[in-house]
Amino acid sequence: MTTADLLGKIIQVVAALAAFSLVIGLVLFLIDKAPKRGRDYWQLAFFLLPAVLLLLVGLIYPAFRTSLLAFSNSSGEWVGGENFVWMFTQPAALVTLGNTVIWVVVVPILSTIIGLTYALFIDKSRGEKYFKALVFMPMAISFVGAGIIWRFVYDYKSGDNAQIGLLNQILVWVGAEPVQWLQTSPINTFLLIIVMIWIQTGFAMVICSAAIKGVPTEQIEAAQLDGTNPWQRFTNVTLPGIRGSLVVVITTISIATLKVFDIVRTMTAGNFNTSVIANEMYTQAFRAGEQGRGAALAIVLFLLVLPIVIYNVRILRQQREIR
Amino acid sequence: MSDNVVDLPVPGIKTSKTDTTAEVMGKATRVKRRLTSRTATVVALVIAVLWTLPTFGLFISSFRPAGLISTTGWWTIFQNPGFTLGNYQEVLFSTSQSSPQLGAYFVNSLAIAIPATLFPLVIAAMAAYAFAWIKFKGSGALFVLIFALQIVPLQLALIPLLQMFTQLLRPGQEWVHSIIPMIPEQGYLPVWIAHTIFALPLAIFLLHNFISEIPGEVIEAARVDGASHGQVFFRIVLPLAVPALASFAIFQFLWVWNDLLVALIFSGGTQDVAPLTQRLAELTGTRGQDWQRLTAAAFVSLVVPLIVFFSLQRYFVRGLLAGSTKG
Repeated sequence: MTTADLLGKIIQVVAALAAFSLVIGLVLFLIDKAPKRGRDYWQLAFFLLPAVLLLLVGLIYPAFRTSLLAFSNSSGEWVGGENFVWMFTQPAALVTLGNTVIWVVVVPILSTIIGLTYALFIDKSRGEKYFKALVFMPMAISFVGAGIIWRFVYDYKSGDNAQIGLLNQILVWVGAEPVQWLQTSPINTFLLIIVMIWIQTGFAMVICSAAIKGVPTEQIEAAQLDGTNPWQRFTNVTLPGIRGSLVVVITTISIATLKVFDIVRTMTAGNFNTSVIANEMYTQAFRAGEQGRGAALAIVLFLLVLPIVIYNVRILRQQREIR
Repeated sequence: MSDNVVDLPVPGIKTSKTDTTAEVMGKATRVKRRLTSRTATVVALVIAVLWTLPTFGLFISSFRPAGLISTTGWWTIFQNPGFTLGNYQEVLFSTSQSSPQLGAYFVNSLAIAIPATLFPLVIAAMAAYAFAWIKFKGSGALFVLIFALQIVPLQLALIPLLQMFTQLLRPGQEWVHSIIPMIPEQGYLPVWIAHTIFALPLAIFLLHNFISEIPGEVIEAARVDGASHGQVFFRIVLPLAVPALASFAIFQFLWVWNDLLVALIFSGGTQDVAPLTQRLAELTGTRGQDWQRLTAAAFVSLVVPLIVFFSLQRYFVRGLLAGSTKG
C-alpha cells in the first residue's frame, strides 16, 4: 500500500461522510422549509424517503427479480422449474440439502443444551462474569477467524511428522492413526458443525442465564421445601419459567445456521461433501455463472427461514398477551 | 439487570421491576438455593477450558517461529521454546509479493465499517422518528412491512443488486477515477450501500421501539413551542436515543467488520477495497499450511472485535441480543 493509496482511501471515506452529512442536512433543512399546505405530509415524506427508497430499490425489487431469475437459465431464458428439478435430483445438490438439514437440526439443539447447562452450573457462582466472558467471546469474532482457529485444531501432518493439530495429537496420544479430518466425509460436516456450536453456545448461554435469573426465587424455595431434588426443581420450576427464552434461542440459532456461509467457505469451500445451501448459492451464482440455480437456492433458503420466523413471532405475541 | 444501560427489547426475556428485590433475596439465600454441586463446577470448568483452548492455541502459535509451528504442537511450547514478533511484522508490513500485506486490508476494514455503521444509523433514526411521532394513514402497515423485511435473507437480493451496481454505479466510479486517479475505479461505495440497505429493517425496528418510548409530553411541549419536526428530531430525539444508537452502532460495526459474504460479492477482492475477512479467507484457500502467517493474520483481524467486546461488553451484549436475527 503506497501513500497515494492510503490517501485515496482517506479521501473516499471523508468525502462520503461529508456528502452524506450534506444530503441529510439538506433533507432536514427542507423538512423545516416545507410548504405550508400539506406540511405534515412533506415532512413525513422527507423523513421516510431515504429509508423507503433504499429498501425499495435495494431489497424489495431485487427480491422480486431473484424470484424471476430462479426460473431462468444462465443466459436468461425462461426454463420453468428446471433449476428446482436440478436441486432435488442432482446428487451433489442433494448432498447440499441434506447437509443443511443436519446443520439445522444439530446446531440449535446442542448449542442450547450446552449453553443452558453452562448457564445453570455457573449461576450465582464465584467469578460468574469471567466464566460467561470465556464462552461468550467466540460470538464477537468473525466466522472466518473462527474457521482458521478450528482449521488449526483439525490440522493433519502425514507420515512420521509430529502433529500440530490438537485433535490428531489426541488420537496419537491414545495410540490411534491421525485422520485427514476435513477431507473425510461425513465426519467433516460434523467438525464444521462444531465450529458453529462453539460460536452459538455463548449466545444461548447469555439468554438462558438472563432468563434463569428471572425465575422467581420464591418458586424455587417453595419447591425446595417440598423436598424436591435439584433435577426435579429444574424440570418443574426453572424449565417452564424459561420456556419462552428457549424458543427464542432455538429459533434464532436455527435461522443463523440456515444462512451459515463463512465457516464452510473458509474451512473446506464446500468441497468433500460439506456444502450447504448458502455456500452453494454463492458458488453457483458468483463462481459458476449459474445465476438461475443460485437464485433458486436463495428462494429455497427463504422458504426454509420463513416458517421459523413465523413461529417465533407467534410465540412472542402469545407471551405479550400473557403479560 | 439493574445497571443503567438502556434496555433494548430483548425478545423473550421478561424484565420486571421485582428483579432487584429478587436479586437481594437471592444473595441472602444464595448458599441454600445453589444448584451448583462439585460435579457442576467441574463440568462448567471443562466447558470453559474446551471453549478457550482453540483460541489460546492459535494465539500461542502466532508468536512461535515458522519452523517450530510446522514441526511441533503449541502444547510443547515448554519443550520447544521460541518467541518472535516476526509473524506479525511479516503479515502487516512486509511488502513482498508473497506476504499477506494485511496493512492495506486493515485500513479497508475500517474504511468500510465506519461509514457502513453511520449511514444506516442516521437513516434509520429518521425513519423511526417518522413512524413513532408523525401520524399518518398507513403508518402501521408500512412499519409492519419494514419489520417483515427482516426475514428476507440477504442472499435473495445479492444477484440483482450486483447487476444494478455494475450498470448504475460503475460509470460514476470510473468518472471519479478519471478526475482523481488516487481513488480506484472500484471504490468502497457499493459495499457501503449494500451494508446500509441490509441493516435498515432491523435498525428501524429497534430504534422505533426505543424512540416511541420517549414521553409524548416532551415532544408535544417542543412542538407547541413552535419547534419543527426537524428541530425536535435533532435537538430532542437524537440526544435522548443515544443509548439505543450506541448499542445498535456497536452491533452493526462488528457485523460489518466480521462480514465475509457482502465483501466477497461487492468489493471485487483487490487491495483497494477488500476487508480483512476476505483476505483471510483467500489466504486459507491458497496458503492453508502457512500457519506462521495464518495465526498472526487471524489475530490481526480478531483484535478489533475483541477490544470492542471487552471494553463495551454491556452495550455489545445488548446490541447483539437485539440484533441476533439479522442477515
